[in-house]
Formats: sequence, C-alpha cells, structure tokens
Amino acid sequence: MTDIIKLTAAEIAAKIASGELTAVEVTEAHLARIDAVDEKVHAFLHVDREGALAQARAVDEKRARGEKLGPLAGVPLALKDIFTTRGVPTTVGSKMLEGWIPPYDATLVKRLKAADVVILGKTNMDEFAMGSSTENSAYGPTGNPWDLTRIPGGSGGGSSAALAAYQAPLAIGTDTGGSIRQPAAVTGTVGVKPTYGAVSRYGMVAFSSSLDQGGPCARTVLDAALLHEAIAGHDPLDSTSADLPVPPVVEAARNGSVAGMRVGVVKQFRGEGYQAGVMQRFDESVELLKELGAEVVELDCPSFDLALSAYYLIAPSECSSNLARFDGLRYGLRAGDDGTRSAEDVTALTREAGFGPEVKRRIILGTYALSSGYYDAWFGSAQKVRTLITREFEKAFEQVDVIVSPTTPTTAFPIGERADDPMAMYLADLCTIPTNLAGNAAMSLPCGLAPEDGLPVGLQIIAPAMQDDRLYKVGAAVEAAFVEKWGHPLIEEAPSL
Amino acid sequence: MTVTELLSYEAALASFDPVMGLEVHVELGTKTKMFCGCSTELGAEPNAQTCPTCLGLPGALPVVNEIGVESAIKIGLALHCEIAEWCRFARKNYFYPDMPKNFQTSQYDEPIAFNGYLDVQLEDGEVFRVEIERAHMEEDTGKSTHIGGATGRIHGASHSLLDYNRAGIPLIEIVTKPIEGAGERAPEVAKAYVAELRELIRALGVSEARMDKGQMRCDVNLSLRPHGTKTFGTRSETKNVNSLRSVERAARFEIQRHAAVLESGGTIVQETRHFHEDDGSTTSGRIKDNAEDYRYFPEPDLVPIAPARAWVEELRQGLPELPRVRRNRLREEWGVSEQEMQSILNAGAVDPIVATIEAGADAASARKWWMGELARNANEKGVSLEELPITPADVARVSTTSWPARSSRASSPARAPRTRSSRSAV
Repeated sequence: MTDIIKLTAAEIAAKIASGELTAVEVTEAHLARIDAVDEKVHAFLHVDREGALAQARAVDEKRARGEKLGPLAGVPLALKDIFTTRGVPTTVGSKMLEGWIPPYDATLVKRLKAADVVILGKTNMDEFAMGSSTENSAYGPTGNPWDLTRIPGGSGGGSSAALAAYQAPLAIGTDTGGSIRQPAAVTGTVGVKPTYGAVSRYGMVAFSSSLDQGGPCARTVLDAALLHEAIAGHDPLDSTSADLPVPPVVEAARNGSVAGMRVGVVKQFRGEGYQAGVMQRFDESVELLKELGAEVVELDCPSFDLALSAYYLIAPSECSSNLARFDGLRYGLRAGDDGTRSAEDVTALTREAGFGPEVKRRIILGTYALSSGYYDAWFGSAQKVRTLITREFEKAFEQVDVIVSPTTPTTAFPIGERADDPMAMYLADLCTIPTNLAGNAAMSLPCGLAPEDGLPVGLQIIAPAMQDDRLYKVGAAVEAAFVEKWGHPLIEEAPSL
Repeated sequence: MTVTELLSYEAALASFDPVMGLEVHVELGTKTKMFCGCSTELGAEPNAQTCPTCLGLPGALPVVNEIGVESAIKIGLALHCEIAEWCRFARKNYFYPDMPKNFQTSQYDEPIAFNGYLDVQLEDGEVFRVEIERAHMEEDTGKSTHIGGATGRIHGASHSLLDYNRAGIPLIEIVTKPIEGAGERAPEVAKAYVAELRELIRALGVSEARMDKGQMRCDVNLSLRPHGTKTFGTRSETKNVNSLRSVERAARFEIQRHAAVLESGGTIVQETRHFHEDDGSTTSGRIKDNAEDYRYFPEPDLVPIAPARAWVEELRQGLPELPRVRRNRLREEWGVSEQEMQSILNAGAVDPIVATIEAGADAASARKWWMGELARNANEKGVSLEELPITPADVARVSTTSWPARSSRASSPARAPRTRSSRSAV
C-alpha cells in the first residue's frame, strides 16, 4: 500500500484505467498518509474525506460501466485554500473567512471535478496569498518535509509540502509573485505559473487581480503538464482569460528536448543575496543545457532590478481594493456586533481581528499608493516599470526561446527567521516577480541540493506568453537528464517522515 | 432644525449668476445586470436576483454586458458625443454597506462618451444648448432600509436591511459641463434638460427612465458668482432630486440659499444636500471637501473596451429621430401651440397620443382624451398615463365610436384591466 503514494499521477491514472488499482484504494492510501504525517507537516487546513471518497467511488463506477476515463481520473489532488469550493470551507488562510462555506465552485474546481480528479482537501497558505513562507497563515505554519523546522515556501506552502510529503501526487497553487514556483523550488517539486489568462481566476479569491494566476504543482514535469491541460482554457466568466487554444503542454512534456534551442541567462538574476550553493546548482544546470544541445545567450534586462519595487506598489494597490469587501456585513467574520455599534465600527473591529499584520501592511501600503496626489508617483510609476519589464522580455525573446534562472535566491530558510523582516521575506521572490509583471509563463523544477545545507534548489524556466509548452519541453529534458545523472528523482532523497 | 435663510429669487439674481452642473444617472433597461447574468426585473423578493458576482463574494468576477455598452454608445451618439476608441472601467473605492465589493465598477478618466451637447427647448420655444462633459458606464448599488429610525435614515435606526437586487444594474451617468449664462432661467433650463434627456432615453429604447421608479435620478450642483466675475463659486450638490418639478425647485432653492449666505458675508460649504419634496427645501448632507479620495485605478478584472468604428457607425445610423425634432414635427402635424405641446410633454402624453392616432383616431380627439378625462383619472390615481388600464387602441376605438344610447354602455361586458404587455410599445 505504501507504494501507492509514491506513484506519479500519470502512473496512478494508468493503473486505475487498467483496473490494477481502484480510485477508492488510491484515495484511501493518500488519506491514510495525511492521517499519518499531517500532524507534523500541517499541509492541510481541511481534509474533505467524504467528498474525496465520493468522487473516487464515482470514478470506479464510471469504469465499471465501461465509460472512458480521462487522463487524470481518480488521481488525488491537494487544492490551495484560495479556490472556492461549494459546500467545503474556504479560508484563504485568514481568520476573516473562518467558517465560510462558499455557495459556488471556482471554474478551476469545476474543471477538476469534470476531469474526475479527486480533491482531498484544502491546503495551507499565507493569508490571502501574501507571503513567501506560509508563516502568515492564520492557522499556523506548514513544515517543509525536507526539514520540518524550515519553511515550505509561500504562499502555496501547503500545496508544495503535500507533494513533498507524498500526501498527494498533484496540487494546485496560485502565483502572484512566485507563490507556486518558490514553494516548488524549496520543496524539490515542480510548479508552473501559466501565462496570465491561461487558467480562469473565477472563484479564486483575489489578491492582486492583474498578477494572480492559478497553476499546476506536481512531483514530475509530465504530471504538471497533465494537470495544466485539465485546468487551462477560456472561461466566459473570467474576462481576462485568454480565448485561445491551450498550448500542447502534455505533448511537450512527453517529448522533452532542448537541442538547438537558445536559452537566455539574465545578468540581473545573480549577485548579492544569492546563496553560493544555489548559484552552483544553477550554473551546473546551464552547463547541462549546453551538453543537451542548447545555445546559451547572456541577456541584460536592467529594468528587472526595479521589478520588486514595482510589484510592491501594484500588488498592494490592487489588494487594498480587492480586500475592501471583507467588512463583516455579508459573510465571514463579524467582530464586536453587540447591538450598540454602528456598521462602520463593526467593520473596523472585524478587520482589526480578521486580518493579520502582513495583510494590514499591504492594505495600508496600497491605499497610500493609490491616494490622490501620490497615484502618479507610486502606482503610475510602477505601471511604467511594468511596461518596461514586459518590453525587455519581448526583446529578450527575440534572441532566445526560453530564459533560465534560479527560482529563488536561497534554499528553505528556518521558520521564524524572516518573520519579523518583511524586506528579507520579499527578496525570496526576486527572480519570480518579473514574470508576473509581464504576464508570461514560468516553471520551477528541482536542479539538485545545495551543498552547504542539503536542501533543494529550483531552476526557473521562463517562456513567452502563450508558449507554455516550451516550459514543458525544456523542463522534461532537464528533468530526464538530472534523473539519469542522480539515478533517481531528487524527491527520493527527502527524509522519510 | 434652524430655518434656512433665503434671499428672494429676484434679489438673488440681481447680484449673482448661477452656474449649474447636472449629473443624471439612468438605469438601463437591459434584461440582465451590467456584470453578471442576474435579472433586472423590479419587484422580486429581496436578494432573489443575486449571484456571487453581484454579491461581491470572494473569488467572483465581472463580465461586461454588451447591451449595456451598446446602450451607452447610443446615448453618447444621441448626445452628439465622441465615442472613445478605447476605454476602460475603473474602480471607485469607498465604503458603503449597500455596495457589496466596497468599490463601484465605474469609469474615471476614460469614459465611453465625451464632449457632446443637448439642445433643450424652454416653454417659450427658446432653445438652450447644454454642453455634455461625458457619459460613462457604471453599476448601481443595492438598497438599504433602515429600521427603527424616525426619518428612515440610518441615523437613529436600530438595524438595517440590505437588498442587493439592484446591485449591479447598469447605470449610465451623464454629466454636463458647467451650465453658464442661463441667468434667471437656470432652474427652468435644469428642468427642461432633464425632461429632454428623459425623452431622449425613452426614444432610444434603452430605459423607461421613470424618475418615480428611480430609473432616472438627478444631482443638481449649483454655485453662484457675482455678476461680471468668471471664477466659479463653491458649489453644493443636491442629491437624488427625483422629479422634473423637484429639479426646478431644488435649483431655485439653492440659488436663494446661496445668495442669502453670500450676501450676509458667509461662505458656502462644499457639501451634499438632501432635497425635501414636501417644502422644496434642501438640508445639509455630508461635507464634501476635496479630501474625499476614491482612489480610482483601472479595473484589472475587465479588459479594455474598444468599440469597432463600424459598429459605432451602425448604431449612429440606427438612431431614432431626436425627441425635440420629433416634437416640433408632431406639433406642426397636430396644429398645437408651443405651450400646448409643452403641457402634452409634461403630462407624458406624447407617445400615447401618437399611438392613438396610429390606431385610427384623429389628432384632436386623441389629444382631448389623453389630456382631459384620462389625465384627470391618472392624476387622481397617482399613476402615469401609461399605467392606466386602457390602451391607445381602446382610446382610438372609443373616440371613433358614436354612442347611440346610455343603456348600451351598461350592457357591454366588463373588461379586465389590460396588462402592460398588451399595450403598444412606447
């Protein structure tokens, strides 16, 4: 039985389709794993045992009736608690929504259900997706399965930890500034931020609407591609979703190759603040790409140095407006309503009690940046930087097919180390943020362990908008080469829990 | 409450020129809301016509109603506006319990229509051109009902009930440029403008524009400046003035109030004011200094709107005859004076008369019926002519039938009142 949890999503789906395993067996194995380890890991905020088993039974019945099963039918998945799930609690990692039961499913959730994916439960995250460590969750931190005293990344640390702890072979994350890729990097898993607009945001609780993007998380590139294909595609309920065909990501993942490709290395993605072991593994990855037949091109993207500053104006500005609806009147927490207080006082008390310090910090920052008299200097300038970064990417992609970089400057840091130092925390997203600002696609996949601490290092691959398949083509080639070099997938070096 | 000091209207005008700005909100008659598929039908149970989007539930997103955009363009074209080649929605951030997201999806510096005008005809036939600054799209708020307070206002209420059926209904806000040079006729111009706009909206078929139902709401901004000066004075904003007569009275009251304050050496406070139908007065609302900050920024959940020029031209070609032009044509056809035509207009009888004539009646008797017996009847019942249980076809039949004897009337079968849908379109 223990072997079931080590299988990839593709393998599970194949075994269920062939009758070697039932979906219920697979689901039970993962639920048992969650029971066994989640007290230590704390990846989940809510486990939907009944719902998961019901979905699994439906898959088995479908097969019994001789119906054709989809490529992920019966495969369990851990869902970031930022997507609304009808009848299942959705907290977004905040006290503000404690106990809220959404009356509707996010489009992504509908697609997962339509694909017969079994949703095991909802995973921990930094409150409202604001953070890089999952320490900002109102429900306590998540441990990194490689070292439980360290952070699993954030904001989607619950999803990445669930994968690394074999609690699920698939997970969903959302990436506003790196919240899929940075957790993937520090847990030795694979995470993809698709092109902005590739995956519907309907039912994904908004942090920063122009940057937020849902995407697949898995332990292998192929699994991520299968999940990508299941969740992507135009949604009439999301005006910003792209009305274009989904790029052939699965085909790309099955045919990994970098031969003849031009791979860019950006000058700005190294220097002070980058851990030596991270750069060592990154440089080795670049060498590997050359060995595999890629041509490496050095790129200069000076405006990338401004990305972090621009991000911390745009994202807080949008969040200050997006989070205004949490006023205690209609849903979620209501504090101090003793019958004597005005609506405004109750709202103020609710927000005081319901939002954590990082969320408050960003709301205040964003409110300030949008204020009359400051708008042009702050929000306006940030938008100009965003345009510059987008143009620099466009220019870069005239010279190269993909860009590579370290995903995050350091390996997983100890829980508590940066909790009181927001600036240090923000630096974790240095390499991931430019992609969100430009709206193009990026992946993180494991490229080894840092020699100094033995913790996973992530390699980031960046592709032009709507060319998400390139990530998988390159990612699959790199993954295969590393597995051959190491003799096994990196995740197998994680300590058993 | 202290009695507001007023200067006589004549004295006010002897010293000051009024400058007005009129902001009219029109609720569009689209079947569904501006950003979701919920019905806009009036009269449903509270909160029956809501969904995650118009309730502002976490995660929900807006999608633009194309008919809403089309209606906005039609209004813009009829007001001789330029239609933006590219425009965006913006978020207007402020807190209000009946606004589910605590921001209103509106337009800010990129309205869909701008720089137009509307010629309005005063009672004596003089035509006054009102310049239009902009017409933009936005969404309505829900409705709060305050329970336990004396005045129905939130102050003193024990609790409030919120109904979000109206939240998200498309609104077009039409803003004039400062209306200068109307002098003593300013209140009359204000009324004529709103009346003309109402007719125009109805002629376009984009809304019934019923002020009594809140489908059209007017804010009257007014300031005074001494004769011969150019700088605008401080303005007051009288909100939600909801009948033609009230628009005129509110403007008149504010002219007199401002003049009294200014004459006595006081300064006008920039504030919103409530209009009171009973005595035609206004009272202080909220102070609105320039510190009010809506923190507008482009709505990231919606893509920009770039109406194809061919579509705009198609809509332009399809515009109906403008009401003022049509009225002048009808006035000549019917052979009535300016003043008679004005009373027909004020009574809301133009369309019923046209429909009655189309149904076979002659102009004189159609007019006689709608402006006489039926107008009295509607007045007594407090309903509009259109709400009477009689159709233009009925009136045409009555007016072309000669009744031989009283008894035949008594023997005719009782008729159920007609429903709205059985009447000819207006």
